[in-house]
Amino acid sequence: MRRLLRRPEAGAFFAALLVYLFFAIAAWKANFVSFNGTAAWLDTSAELGIMALAIGLLMIAGEFDLSIGSVIGATSIILAIGTNHYGVNPWIMLAVVFVFGGLVGLINGLIVVRTGLPSFIVTLATNYGIVGAALGFSRLLTNTTSSSMLTTPGVDFLFASQWGQANIAILWWVLLTLAAMGVLMRTPFGNWIYATGGNIVAARGAGVPTSLVKVVIFVVTALAATLVGAIQAIEFHSGNAANGQGYVFQAPIAAVIGGVLLGGGYGSPLGLFFGSVIYGIISVGIFYTGWNTDWLLLILGALLLAAVLANSYFRRLALTTH
Amino acid sequence: MAERAPLIELRNVSKSFAGIQALRDVSIAVHAGSILCLLGDNGAGKSTLIKILSGFHPPSSGVIFVDGAETRFSSPREARGLGIATVHQEVGTIPLMSVARNFFLGAEPTKGWGPFRHLDIARAETIALEQIRGFGITRVTNGDQLVGTLSGGERQVIAIARAMYFGARILILDEPTSALGVKEAAKVLTLVKTVRAKGIGIVFITHNARHAMLIGDRFVVLNQGGVSAAFNRGEKSREEVLNLMAGGKQTEQIEADLALFEEDGQGAL
Ligand SMILES: Nc1ncnc2c1ncn2[C@@H]1O[C@H](COP(=O)(O)OP(=O)(O)OP(=O)(O)O)[C@@H](O)[C@H]1O
Ligand SMILES: [Mg+2]
Repeated sequence: MRRLLRRPEAGAFFAALLVYLFFAIAAWKANFVSFNGTAAWLDTSAELGIMALAIGLLMIAGEFDLSIGSVIGATSIILAIGTNHYGVNPWIMLAVVFVFGGLVGLINGLIVVRTGLPSFIVTLATNYGIVGAALGFSRLLTNTTSSSMLTTPGVDFLFASQWGQANIAILWWVLLTLAAMGVLMRTPFGNWIYATGGNIVAARGAGVPTSLVKVVIFVVTALAATLVGAIQAIEFHSGNAANGQGYVFQAPIAAVIGGVLLGGGYGSPLGLFFGSVIYGIISVGIFYTGWNTDWLLLILGALLLAAVLANSYFRRLALTTH
Repeated sequence: MAERAPLIELRNVSKSFAGIQALRDVSIAVHAGSILCLLGDNGAGKSTLIKILSGFHPPSSGVIFVDGAETRFSSPREARGLGIATVHQEVGTIPLMSVARNFFLGAEPTKGWGPFRHLDIARAETIALEQIRGFGITRVTNGDQLVGTLSGGERQVIAIARAMYFGARILILDEPTSALGVKEAAKVLTLVKTVRAKGIGIVFITHNARHAMLIGDRFVVLNQGGVSAAFNRGEKSREEVLNLMAGGKQTEQIEADLALFEEDGQGAL
């Protein structure tokens, strides 16, 4: 039992259970516990969860990325303008946005490792830069900053299939979480991620290519943002350059609730999964109870504080002997 | 001493950083199965010297010989490849990672092939436990125990055991005992002697003349970047060494200051 408690996802798992039970009872009459009620919070958890997973990995490696919001927005508007105004095949536009996302991650990563500046500042700058460019170019090219998107059945299937109210994004989220678990727990690269965030000097001394590790995770994070941007654009058949800014803070909040240490070097994909589950349950659960959704922010704020306290407790527990 | 070439030798090495002369005309030699103690006050140039030995900095002038052959390290990796291992104080291990993951960091064992190649955690845990047991740490019974649960001395031992496992011939220890209590320091000093018995050449950096006198075979005192004294075991008393480290007359000054301080009746710090 103590062994289980010592795992980074322990706190988030029990918190998720509690929150779920609470809303299961409080929103019982509104059918929170039903296929569609479950699908509703899973949908919210999934899109946030993909972002929280990437940001969590980055935080474990000791860095941060505020530019994800702008990548989500830019992805959706590029897809929309490309397919709608220029008639480009949606598959080609998908390739274009993933290259774009990869480049943004590469630039973020290279600036951070080359200059040694805090990634908080670097990515804050890229966030504003990209939002500004996306708004400016889309107005220049189409006279508007939002536009509808054209898709094909194949693209729709891959990014926007629905079973009842459950979106295919849930599947993406689960698969990516499993992949991240495999990498972190079962590969040398995963070991390097923890080491880079845990003690960069020691990691470098042991021959870990810490700069490479950071750049790779920045690219992965930007690609995750591209994926979420694409899912949203294809789901709603429209793009908006201002999309995605909500994730800039929601993703790190879910990551911290999921047990990732702000200082880096500690956390797990499973914890990030439950962190996003908690966020999804609360934000959809409140809606189901019929309470004023203003309370959502209050609850999230309290939860974030509680999570930070619980994390430092669990970390101390992890550092006690068996 | 045998007439074999030293494992590593610096001849007339100087190093300056943008105007600051950190090392001036330093010559040292590290022999197999022998402990060279590098002594000196803060800022004397000890860390700079080991950074040159371990390939972090190239010397501004002077030459490095490894096994008698002139060598130029292009990177710390190259120095490590020649069997030169450095254990830095405090920064050698990662507290929130397991013993096994720390032990194999940067050289993780894998199994399987192609896309199925993955960490062999079981093997890593077995070997890591076996190795640190061999150096007398028996309290750790599980390879997945976090290093943060271990004492400072035990962490030093893990770092040293790790360097030995990966084939170190020259072991550079930067102040391995400075953060440790008496018991823990004794553990590390004993381990350093064990390592010497295996024929490894050791560079032991310290502020602590006592620790140095306990295990050193040869002593080099650095003062403001230059070698102010070099002597063998038994050639100088502890007082003489302390004096040399502080740059001669200064110790008397410190003693006088301390005496005054105690007269004021504020002896308890
Ligand atoms: N990278 C660098 N750039 C500029 N100056 C440096 C650099 N590294 C060391 N120095 C300078 O060289 C001198 C010697 O420093 P060094 O770190 O080698 O001393 P030390 O003997 O290890 O001291 P300590 O006991 O405090 O560790 C100091 O004056 C230091 O400021
Ligand atoms: Mg030093």
